[in-house]
Amino acid sequence: MKPAYSVIFLTTLIGAGQGLFLALFTQQSYALFGQLPMQEDGFYGYGSVLVLLLLCGGLVASFFHLGHPERAWRTATQWRTSWLSREVIVLPAFMGVVFLYATTHLLGWRPVLITLPSGLEIDLSIALGVAGTLLAFTLFICTAMIYACLRFLREWNSPLTVINYILLGGASGFTLATAFAAVIAPLQANFFGGWAIIITLLAFVGRSASLFRNSRLKPISTIQTAIGIKHPQIVQRSKGAMGGTFNTREFFHGKSEKFMRRIKPGFILFSFMLPLLLLFLGLSSASALLLGGAFIVQYSGLLAERWFFFAEAKHPQNHYYQGKA
Amino acid sequence: MTQLALVIDLNVCVGCHACVTSCKEWNTSGSAGPLCDENPYGADPTGTFFNRVQTFEIGQYPNSETLHFPKSCLHCEDPPCVPVCPTGASYKRKEDGIVLVDYDKCIGCKYCTWACPYGAREFDEKAKVMKKCTLCVDRIYDQSLDEIDRKPSCVKACPTSARLFGDVHDPESEISKAIREDGGYALMPEWGTHPANHYLPRRKTKLKIHNDELERADNPLKVDGLLPKPNKNDPSMDDVSAW
Ligand code: SF4
Ligand code: SF4
Repeated sequence: MKPAYSVIFLTTLIGAGQGLFLALFTQQSYALFGQLPMQEDGFYGYGSVLVLLLLCGGLVASFFHLGHPERAWRTATQWRTSWLSREVIVLPAFMGVVFLYATTHLLGWRPVLITLPSGLEIDLSIALGVAGTLLAFTLFICTAMIYACLRFLREWNSPLTVINYILLGGASGFTLATAFAAVIAPLQANFFGGWAIIITLLAFVGRSASLFRNSRLKPISTIQTAIGIKHPQIVQRSKGAMGGTFNTREFFHGKSEKFMRRIKPGFILFSFMLPLLLLFLGLSSASALLLGGAFIVQYSGLLAERWFFFAEAKHPQNHYYQGKA
Repeated sequence: MTQLALVIDLNVCVGCHACVTSCKEWNTSGSAGPLCDENPYGADPTGTFFNRVQTFEIGQYPNSETLHFPKSCLHCEDPPCVPVCPTGASYKRKEDGIVLVDYDKCIGCKYCTWACPYGAREFDEKAKVMKKCTLCVDRIYDQSLDEIDRKPSCVKACPTSARLFGDVHDPESEISKAIREDGGYALMPEWGTHPANHYLPRRKTKLKIHNDELERADNPLKVDGLLPKPNKNDPSMDDVSAW
């Protein structure tokens, strides 16, 4: 497939946004149960503003993908069957909840909703945080299922796709939270950094598993099934068009084998290895600069990772355009 | 329930592209707007087509065969392109099984093309919406046309009658019989899309003639030469003297 930059930015930006929100609320949940000190409202408030910025960036990027963005409202109608439609509903819902979560904190308006028998006070921001957490996970599932549900794009058609979207988004979000904490609440940096390292390691395992799986996929469709002629040797002589067509542009990444072989270790280095190193160094030296660097390196690695994710998938329609492949 | 479809006979398709040009002509002139082209006379022409004819070489020269292979939307009975559409612009008609795109609803997200294993949908780069074969839905029901013209444009244009049109759910239709009797098959059956369009395979028609069949009793062209000349008085088979 041809990777579309709009979709690469959409999925990586909202992934980091979701991850950052999960990180903030994880800290707040720990604090609720007294495991960590509760932070100032500004910490959660400005953190969620950052989440909103990432989500808005993703939303804006996604509009560049559409031929008729003015009709985008229609995409909310087919939620019964289409994961894309579900994503389009869940994304604004999540943004809305994050906005309210940010507002309750920034205005300091956190009325207690219920008091649990144990004496624990559940205030409005906790309720919104729980709703946001559920929506963040739903959004990860919707985004990943857009790709994982296409059964003949076999590189994507696997539970690993969903797992990896969650882990990769989570990793970049927690790394960003570490850098954010290092600036605003340095005492919390170790908490976020620890999780960032764990999730980045898990994401490395998950992504390696999918790379391993995809490298051993045997094609189900062949040129023989595509045209229904059972001869072992079939060569396409004409594609039915002299210049290119939509089919030759949309489904081929157009890069060389060599490039594809190089980008793989490249994104592994930038998404996992370097960020782990920078997180480790940044935490041990308490350097916000190194931790910020860890996020930037990891995010650029994830851009390459997402490019590869799209480019790697081989669409069966390519059998009808094998002259190009 | 009706399921309209095409059956394409690969045995007689000569790869003349008449269906391609006829399809383009009809569908670029309708009320749905043109099928846009870019650089039609430039070095790198590209455009939107519903139907394309591709050519494959099968086998190793000199034992090879050329296969001309027309392909358009197959109007799958279980179309994977429809449920993924977020706007409902892509739909399958209940009454005749035609899969259509509502150009006024489509937002051009291209998700449906990812979901079609056959590459049957093409994005119109100028109209910014998804386009695909409509089985000439604006033609086959048009009461102002003569009944014989109420067929898809490509079917009318084909000089070798390689394209047949009808209802695959009616076992007595011309296309159902062709599928049944001439080994009609579907493309990429492995995905369970159940394409309505079918293809008839290349088939060799051979006639074995034995020598004695050439030596006919009445030798009408006097070329057989092998038989002894009959007596002038002998009756010939048609009772008229062979000479
Ligand atoms: S051929 Fe493709 S576009 Fe046509 S109905 Fe089947 S899946 Fe949909
Ligand atoms: S490109 Fe149009 S028809 Fe295709 S999925 Fe998107 S909105 Fe539906």
